[in-house]
Amino acid sequence: MDLLGYGAFFLTNALIFSLITLGLNLQWGLTGLFNVGLAGFVAIGAYTSALLTTPDDAARLGGFDLPILAGWLGAMLVGGVAAAITGIATLRLRSDYLAITTFGVAVVVQLVALNAQKLTGGPFGIGFIPRPFGGLAETPLLFNLSNLAVVSVVTLIVYLALEHLSRSPWGRVLKALREDERAAISLGKSARFYRVQAFAVGGGIMALAGALQAHFTGFIAPDNYLPILTFQVWVMLIVGGSGSNKGAVVGSILVWAIWAGSGTLTSVLFSPDQQARAASLQIVAIGVMLCVILLIRPNGLFGDRPRRPRFGKRAKVAAGESGTTS
Amino acid sequence: MNLQFVVDGLLAGSMIGLGAIGVTLTYSILRFSNFAHGDFMAWGAYATLAVVGAVGAMFGKIAPIAPLSFGWPLIAAVVIGMAITGLLALLLDMVLFARLRAKGQAIIVVMASFGASMALRSLLEFIFTSRPTYFSRAIQIAMPVGFGIRITPDQIALLLLTAVLVLGVHLLMTRTQTGRSMQALSQNAALARIVGIDVAKVVRVTWIVGGALACVAGVMIGILIQIRPFMGFDMLLPMFAAAILGGIGSVPGAVLGGLIIGMAEAGAVQLIGAEWRAAVSFIILMTVLFVRPIGLFGVRER
Repeated sequence: MDLLGYGAFFLTNALIFSLITLGLNLQWGLTGLFNVGLAGFVAIGAYTSALLTTPDDAARLGGFDLPILAGWLGAMLVGGVAAAITGIATLRLRSDYLAITTFGVAVVVQLVALNAQKLTGGPFGIGFIPRPFGGLAETPLLFNLSNLAVVSVVTLIVYLALEHLSRSPWGRVLKALREDERAAISLGKSARFYRVQAFAVGGGIMALAGALQAHFTGFIAPDNYLPILTFQVWVMLIVGGSGSNKGAVVGSILVWAIWAGSGTLTSVLFSPDQQARAASLQIVAIGVMLCVILLIRPNGLFGDRPRRPRFGKRAKVAAGESGTTS
Repeated sequence: MNLQFVVDGLLAGSMIGLGAIGVTLTYSILRFSNFAHGDFMAWGAYATLAVVGAVGAMFGKIAPIAPLSFGWPLIAAVVIGMAITGLLALLLDMVLFARLRAKGQAIIVVMASFGASMALRSLLEFIFTSRPTYFSRAIQIAMPVGFGIRITPDQIALLLLTAVLVLGVHLLMTRTQTGRSMQALSQNAALARIVGIDVAKVVRVTWIVGGALACVAGVMIGILIQIRPFMGFDMLLPMFAAAILGGIGSVPGAVLGGLIIGMAEAGAVQLIGAEWRAAVSFIILMTVLFVRPIGLFGVRER
């Protein structure tokens, strides 16, 4: 029975990660937009939903006591708007600028979470976030299973919607832009407009994932949204294979299993005073794994990476047949 | 308003500027933003610390040079640390970045640098633990120099060192054949190859210069503040912001950008509070991207 409960708990976490990875896949896999600050967007979602749904708290702003569903919708909206603003600022420039700016967004969100006590509760975070089926908390198994069901349904809906989107005319434009920007523009598609849309939708999905997690654990603090989160999700997407929604989900579950498994292993193998060091070795291993996969099997398990990416292509053309392009 | 922020800003700006030179060179010559650059700083500081320890073990305790908090062991160790950090950058390029560059996917290289950054930093945490350490625990008395400004001998020495290094890099870039090759490669890679510039050599020099300067910046942070594994990662955003503000590819621009951001940070610390320091670079970065994305001394990309 314990094992079943843990299995449900594990899968719930893994599926929340899948949801973030699905958002990243829309941004990177489908559109080629590089987001190294996704922890920031997840945090925005978590805090928005927490603010909207917690009971009134004198120590900080709000606690508006709204239904959980309203919190989730609000999270998606705020996350999407934040992503759209980031996109509008940077998507007319070289792709590296987006990377640097998203990195900055994550830093600033972390800073606000830590310091704006009135809004976010500061380093102590926000507690008493209402949980769906909170009444079942007496029987942990039932509670875990019902949470798993909720998260599964949300993930499935997002998955199906993304699958549909990537086959729709909208998704085809994104793929066309990723493969050959000039050709797509010559057909009258505004590159920037479509990219901002994709980035905003991806940001909204990440924020939704953050909100789900906040309501699942009932407590959030700035420490949940450190750069390590961004890093984990990237490894999940690359292992699964960017460009494939199936890969995003499978990769997330696989990498989360490795992560949780090696975490358990280190806690068994190392004495308590050495565990912080062992944990850092765990990160080294995952970092090396990311680099090795990029070198050896850049397509991951199910990948459909651009055969001709945005900027590498131009360099290749310039080097190979210089004169034909500007 | 207390004028002390001028000194604080100059010091912070020196650290940011020295790092930003490396960022701007890698960006303009190798064409990717290196997220592992901050961790070169931390590695440089820890390498220097290890060498200082080794020197201490070999020669016993050595008294610091008169008003400074450090003696010749640290000075020798910085030189060795610069070499180690340069080699580390070269090594990382050899096993990782060069191979990915050969595949011609610029943004994959950025992602790999992000992974490498995580791995490098956590490796430091594993070896040295995350507890902060110091080169010296001696307390220096700051001397008043008028206008309500106080400065320590260490700070004066480090400001002078920064000026010498920046001048050196500037002369390297403008007066030597290697430096001119670097400029040529950053302006037009294909044409540079056609006129027979040794690209591999230029790439090597770029990494060594970037790594060595990052080491110095790291040691400066170590002397003035403290050494910890995250010290470089926390400098990443200010460094990127400085490089973009100065204009990608411009060494004087990177230094000036660093000084501006350092000053702005120090001013913000006084006016708003230290906890919001990190937001300053982000605001400057966003403003530059909206108003003048090529930066102060940048040229439009061809």
